[in-house]
Amino acid sequence: MNMYVIAMDSWYIIEKLILIGALIGLSFFIAMYTTLAERKIAGWMQDRMGPNRAGPFGIFQPLADGGKLFFKEEITPTSSNRFLFLLGPALAMIVALITSTVIPWGASFTLNNHTVALQVADVDMGILIVFGIVSVGVYGIMIGGWASNNKFSLIAAIRGASQMVSYELPMGLALIAVLFMTGSLNMSAMVEHQMQNGWNVLYQPLGFLIFFVCALAECNRTPFDLPEAENELNFGYHQEYSSMKLGFYLFAEYINMFVSSAVMATLFFGGYDIPFFNEATWDGSPVVLSLLTFAAMMAKVSFFLFVFIWIRWTIPRFRYDQLMNLGWKKLIPLALINMLISAAVMLFLNK
Amino acid sequence: MQLTQRAKPVDRQPMTWLESIYLWNILKGMGITLRHLFMKKATIQYPEQQRTFSKVFRGLHVLNRDQDGRENCTACGLCAVACPAEAITMEAAERQPGEEHLYREEKYAAKYEINMLRCIFCGLCEEACPKDAIYLSQTFAPANYARKGFIYAKDELLIPHPVNERDAYLQALDDRKPQHSTLHTN
Repeated sequence: MNMYVIAMDSWYIIEKLILIGALIGLSFFIAMYTTLAERKIAGWMQDRMGPNRAGPFGIFQPLADGGKLFFKEEITPTSSNRFLFLLGPALAMIVALITSTVIPWGASFTLNNHTVALQVADVDMGILIVFGIVSVGVYGIMIGGWASNNKFSLIAAIRGASQMVSYELPMGLALIAVLFMTGSLNMSAMVEHQMQNGWNVLYQPLGFLIFFVCALAECNRTPFDLPEAENELNFGYHQEYSSMKLGFYLFAEYINMFVSSAVMATLFFGGYDIPFFNEATWDGSPVVLSLLTFAAMMAKVSFFLFVFIWIRWTIPRFRYDQLMNLGWKKLIPLALINMLISAAVMLFLNK
Repeated sequence: MQLTQRAKPVDRQPMTWLESIYLWNILKGMGITLRHLFMKKATIQYPEQQRTFSKVFRGLHVLNRDQDGRENCTACGLCAVACPAEAITMEAAERQPGEEHLYREEKYAAKYEINMLRCIFCGLCEEACPKDAIYLSQTFAPANYARKGFIYAKDELLIPHPVNERDAYLQALDDRKPQHSTLHTN
């Protein structure tokens, strides 16, 4: 009996380790190719070609960029705090990678009487974990800007921190309206609920819009990229960073985009649900179904990544007062109204 | 005073509530960028595709030969005098008996150099030449690592021999002609 438990546990641990490895690999891979997509789409939107010299259609461009960053000289400013200077990018990267653990990436399948879930941790308060960890992400920016010992970096870090704190509020309020409907914080339960009742975006379009705008702000993407405003603050909080430390900051931004796309897909667009298809009627191999649902999830994530990039190359950056006015005076009241109306309707329908 | 017909008075009205959440205008802008995503790109992929020069393009100099391959230049120095940038230097020499197949007239340029860094490609040398010996082609000076690489000596300037190096000569003539297609691909 004891042996059986140990055997069971080791298999479980191996499975989770493989999943974690795959997830980290996937995050890096997607982040790498999002940089290429970003440059390509930016080019196309400006009637250019984008990078197309490294390999066919420029597919080796991310490798070339990464290699360049690795081989650049690494400079630590003498007046900086060395430990914190290192901690900043490390924290940004770690936080970006942790968030993806609670997201269900596909339908679970049973193989040899053993159920494999395409999710590292099926936690009951999944979405709260995402929020908790994302808010730790502020420290990556804050510590980096502080440790650089540079007034521009510090201003940028403070801007970033206040921006992220301000936009977490409407984000949370928009989320509450979703939670009214699904009745669970568990992310796989949310997906199950949407599979049965239709996607949340159909019932919460305003909530989704608010959530999306806040996600842009949380990822420090244009039009909310004030922490790295080049024209005002040189390069923002990562001005003193060079080589792969800078690479970590930039990479963490893309991983954050990937994860927040996945969160939005899970919360509002049915997660791994394949549209117009009932997964329960599938009579083929469950492994194939899992792969198909994973593909559906990735398609939704790719769409959101495209929208992120699309917005970046359309809109100029907000002024700081515009940013704060939009966050506190427009989005929070809207989110509150949305929440109240949702609550009233739920009460009226006696759900 | 009105300078253009396109002047627009600035609208200083406070934004309405709908404008103040920016959404509609952002969507309009995204429509524009999405349209540009599918538009024809303005890029010319340089080494593979090249834009042809205009008919009157003035590029690198070429020293001409007549149909028998004899050099036209008589080292009169009119081009050097005409040159506003003082890019041309030459040394004259007298044609010896037995060199009639090399030089068309009794005097020729023993040394003929053009400094392409000084040259402003105005074409005054071409206009000044009484012997139709120098003209500007449709090619431009390629990049070089050293300054002295830009001082073109006579052997680099002379057009290939029309009898002995027929193909190269025709190619050089082709460079002289303006190309009519707007783009040509190699």
